[in-house]
Amino acid sequence: MTKIDTSSPESVLPTPSHTVGPFYGYALPFPGGGDIAPLGHPHTITVQGYVYDGEGRPLPDAFVELWGPGPDGRVPDVDGSIRRDPSTGGYLGRNGVEFTGWGRIQTDANGHWYARTLRPGARGRSAPYLSACVFARGLLVHLFTRIYLPEDTAAHATDPLLAGLDPARRDTLIATDDGTGTYRFDIRLQGEGETVFLEFQ
Amino acid sequence: MTLTQADIDQEIAAEHAAYEKRLADGAPVEHHPRRDYAPYRSSTLRHPQQPPVAIDVAKDPEMVELASPAFGERDITEIDNDLTRHHRAEPIGERITVSGRLLDRSGRPVRGQLVEIWQANSAGRYAHQREQHDAPLDPNFTGVGRTLTDDNGFYRFTTVQPGPYPWRNHVNAWRPAHIHFSLFGSAFTQRLVTQMYFPNDPLFAYDPILQSVTDDAARRRLVATYDHSLSVPEFSLGYHWDIVLDGPSATWIEEGR
Ligand SMILES: [Fe+3]
Repeated sequence: MTKIDTSSPESVLPTPSHTVGPFYGYALPFPGGGDIAPLGHPHTITVQGYVYDGEGRPLPDAFVELWGPGPDGRVPDVDGSIRRDPSTGGYLGRNGVEFTGWGRIQTDANGHWYARTLRPGARGRSAPYLSACVFARGLLVHLFTRIYLPEDTAAHATDPLLAGLDPARRDTLIATDDGTGTYRFDIRLQGEGETVFLEFQ
Repeated sequence: MTLTQADIDQEIAAEHAAYEKRLADGAPVEHHPRRDYAPYRSSTLRHPQQPPVAIDVAKDPEMVELASPAFGERDITEIDNDLTRHHRAEPIGERITVSGRLLDRSGRPVRGQLVEIWQANSAGRYAHQREQHDAPLDPNFTGVGRTLTDDNGFYRFTTVQPGPYPWRNHVNAWRPAHIHFSLFGSAFTQRLVTQMYFPNDPLFAYDPILQSVTDDAARRRLVATYDHSLSVPEFSLGYHWDIVLDGPSATWIEEGR
């Protein structure tokens, strides 16, 4: 059953998703996972928030993956996000110079996550955004969402996704400027203020 | 109230029957679990109640999600795909070789992309701080591996057969032996985290995580095949497991799908 016959499209059926479970913590997160921006880059932004469940409790066992273009709107094709040290087998960390556009951030014991990345540039018909993918114990299929930035108001009005959303839910996709120079983006998996999640077709 | 295996069995059967009825009424095949699958109790407060918002990628080929993060030789070391060589001595357990292809929905190989795995040791214990199961840790086994797919989309790992382990979903809950996989495709939309199982495990029917995939054929796709040609003489037993990533990619647009 698990040698896939690629001779006809009908036999190429997707492998089902499964939860990441509780025990990925020593395997998937890596030091500096959220330090995506090259060191000292002038267009660095900090995004932070919490992941909440349906009772408003923060999740200590979730992680977020961020993926976005550079300030010029170009999507990087650069490896090196999880550089390894061939002598020790440990993580070397990013080199601090190249921008890979991707990061993985474990929530801490308070359910809090943060990332420093580059301000995304606009692409195509969309307002600038970071793509975010959420994984957690208890979540059988990961969840995609997007992080838009609050000052791009004009672009939001014509963004194909935002323009089509119920105004009451649209704001769940727009980070808030919390006055400390960082953007706040909370992810609510369920219930009041539930984040808008996406399905790509 | 104590939640027994019999209670969970009943819930699993009811979910399965509900799915069969949806199919009979003309609903599409469900290749993935529903996020609100009550027999897996941890899903109760962690699934959205609103339907996801659909995005038609064909309308915008520039979409960020149609590109994928890149990984390369810098991101792995030479022995990352041999979990039996990460410590001074050999781990305890049956050595196994797990190999297969990473494909997209068109059956095309995904080349040079990152495959990450993690698993319990042969006694069913994870090298994880919060793990409370008291089976022995193996000082010679961490249970984490990674590799890049080759030009034909093949990945290959050497590891030990993981043990089944108990968990606290209900009384006497045991997970069938499995290896966790994390995969990237040619587009971020194809991201997948899943688990690979071993043939003929008697725990399959009791496990609400495996049974969350209510489609029988889809569930079978999570089980590797014993492959004698992958077994290494006097060293390891071989299992073949191909992985097909769902989700649209930029190549779909080129083909006008
Ligand atoms: Fe597990």
